[in-house]
Amino acid sequence: MSKKVENTILPDPSELKEEILAKYPKKVAKKRDKSMVVNDPEVEQEVQSNVRTIPGIITQRGCCYAGCKGVVLGPTRDIVNIVHGPIGCSFYAWLTRRNQTDPGPEGENFMMYAFSTDMQDSNVVFGGEKKLEQAIREAHELFHPHAIAIFSTCPVGLIGDDVHSVAREMKKELGINVFGFSCEGYKGVSQSAGHHIANNGIFKHVVGLDNTKKPGKYRVNLLGEYNIGGDAFELEKYFEEMGITLVSTYSGNSSIHDFENSHMVDLNMVMCHRSINYIAEMMEKKYGIPWFKVNFIGADATAKSLRKIAEYFEDAELMAKAEAIIKREMKAVKAAISEVKPKTDGKLAMMFVGGSRAHHYQELFSEMGMKSVSAGYEFAHRDDYEGRHVIPDIKIDADSRNIEELEVSPDEAMWRADLVEKKAKLVKAGLEFSDYVGMLPEMDKNALVIDDVSHWEAEKLIEFYKPDIFCAGIKEKYVIQKSGVPLKQLHSYDYGGPYAGFKGAVNFYHEIARMVSTTAWSLVTPPWKNEPALVAKMADAKY
Amino acid sequence: MRKIAIYGKGGIGKSTTTQNTVAGLAEMGKKVMVVGCDPKADSTRLLLGGLAQKTVLDTLREEGEDVELEDIMKNGYGGTRCTESGGPEPGVGCAGRGIITSINMLEQLGAYDESNHLDYAFYDVLGDVVCGGFAMPIRDGKAQEIYIVVSGEMMAMYAANNICKGIVKFAEAGGVRLGGLICNSRKVDNEFEMIEQLAKRLGTQMIHFVPRDNMVQKAEINRKTVIDYDPTHPQADEYRALAKKIDENKLFVIPTPLEIDELEKLLIDFGIAN
Repeated sequence: MSKKVENTILPDPSELKEEILAKYPKKVAKKRDKSMVVNDPEVEQEVQSNVRTIPGIITQRGCCYAGCKGVVLGPTRDIVNIVHGPIGCSFYAWLTRRNQTDPGPEGENFMMYAFSTDMQDSNVVFGGEKKLEQAIREAHELFHPHAIAIFSTCPVGLIGDDVHSVAREMKKELGINVFGFSCEGYKGVSQSAGHHIANNGIFKHVVGLDNTKKPGKYRVNLLGEYNIGGDAFELEKYFEEMGITLVSTYSGNSSIHDFENSHMVDLNMVMCHRSINYIAEMMEKKYGIPWFKVNFIGADATAKSLRKIAEYFEDAELMAKAEAIIKREMKAVKAAISEVKPKTDGKLAMMFVGGSRAHHYQELFSEMGMKSVSAGYEFAHRDDYEGRHVIPDIKIDADSRNIEELEVSPDEAMWRADLVEKKAKLVKAGLEFSDYVGMLPEMDKNALVIDDVSHWEAEKLIEFYKPDIFCAGIKEKYVIQKSGVPLKQLHSYDYGGPYAGFKGAVNFYHEIARMVSTTAWSLVTPPWKNEPALVAKMADAKY
Repeated sequence: MRKIAIYGKGGIGKSTTTQNTVAGLAEMGKKVMVVGCDPKADSTRLLLGGLAQKTVLDTLREEGEDVELEDIMKNGYGGTRCTESGGPEPGVGCAGRGIITSINMLEQLGAYDESNHLDYAFYDVLGDVVCGGFAMPIRDGKAQEIYIVVSGEMMAMYAANNICKGIVKFAEAGGVRLGGLICNSRKVDNEFEMIEQLAKRLGTQMIHFVPRDNMVQKAEINRKTVIDYDPTHPQADEYRALAKKIDENKLFVIPTPLEIDELEKLLIDFGIAN
């Protein structure tokens, strides 16, 4: 039974917060306190984020290597991504995120392979550079790829293998693009560091290599869309229908050729702000290409984003096309909403995931009449909660200083003065650029916002709110479901999707309606309710 | 079997002192194994008469897992058993991890088995304790006693003090103890008194003061220990004395490392500033 919240404000969770903190040691409680905020959209509140997880707390976070290899570069189909390290690191980055891709009949696709140097004890002792060279040659001989990327795992950083010099040598020897990433797992506080390193590497080694102007009146990039469950495919259809040339997507359904050419656009649209804003910023600095935030999760959000694009290009015909799509698609959306609403209206959701998803998906839930009572990110920074205006105030600590910030200066030959002028004009007209408002202003008063949530905190949240659905990832799924609450994975979408765009929204409504109306989880009496699952006694006093 | 590790600042004469002392023990009829734990692989040169031998890690790399003890262990002066762990070239890979791999391999191959009837195993370890790998010989179950080679020079004493900090860490967890300081004289003023005092402050003893003598270098050029090269020379007796003292040593302590200013004061009180 969920708490009744229909047409009322959310319950004040301050006591819950105190109860959660009371269980922690004093220092831990002091630190966690700053990452847990009872939302008040009227006032500025700081959410401590992108700081180290306290040892002993079960975190949702991943590592730097996961962010670089797994998230940002994993979905690109025609780069041979070689993991330099022990085999476990490679296996667990073997396309487990359900990123889809469409190489076409002639295109290359290496995504189903896992390339690894399979580092052994003797490679650690004597250095692994020679083995890495061999691996690159072998991959080149077998697959003849256009590019090879190298991803460093922890031991590579510890023993000091220089993957960048190997990359330079092999680039010379093979005559193809070879580039390395120093994305050792221990860097930074979460996978976020890996996103930044991936952005830097792609910008340094790939973007700008091909100055061909793709045909079409309007050229755009979609940044931070990873094509989980086919999300990007949905969006590509709308762009095509509107006559917009999608030059590249970072990095769902992407090819390295698109990246090389991705500076030849008129606009960058940013979906996942956290993982990809760096490239958008660097492209603006170097080429003068403006960027703004879009969101295609939620039917209304999709409509809003399509209109924003048409507004940017100041073309009545384009706007008419956008409106036609919206009008047509909204029919099915509205029908689906009225179908699911009896099952979903007034129900409660909470979501702890990603660096954007925990915000974006709130749109979809509110379209179904569901309330997001509590949410938080795994690896976000303060700007993802509070909005980009806080960036100058973010304290740089030792962990963030470790991640290189590229010095970018304008490229005079490629500088888009026309776009700079366009942006200035549109800003005056009220269109927002470089603009992420963050999660807090768009959540209800009293919603409990928690960064880097722990298992203990999640348990207490469930006890307090009795949510109808909990959204997170595979690491949390079964723990949460054991407490009788269904869990929807928002990293991999379980087995579903797409959830982006209008069709995706309809898919999501049905999926959630199905999940929140099943009583299966709460009907089960788990065995540990009747007898203890584990029996233990206290260890001897001397221990 | 007593397992002994020799530590000390780089270039202080660990390998030379170890091999000359081992020669003394061998002369006494003791059965000794020497494990070189330095990537340069020069810890057994004087015992083997300059015989270059394949290191454990080279063998492991070339032969794979299929390694026999005889491939990596050679007989040297007085029946000593000599092996070199080896390691990567400078600036590449991880020498510390190499030592861990190498010592594990020697254990697996039975180098320490009772059937070998060893009285002593000596670990001659590179320079300072720079990382976990170089501490391998003093971890639980490996070396039980440590001697630090030191001289009256400030940096050598500084290194000795640092090594003591490492010993404290492992002494608390495992069973390793400090057996004493070996002063390998550099003819620094008041050297004897200063090292004796340092040893006292560390809670240990200066087990022997080895005077400086060019005979050591002469023997070395001839790829021999002094006892082997010129058994009647007085320097040979110094090493015999050191070997005997180690053999009879009963003083094994957890050292009490000094604070830096204490160490500096020691230098001022006894050293050249005096």
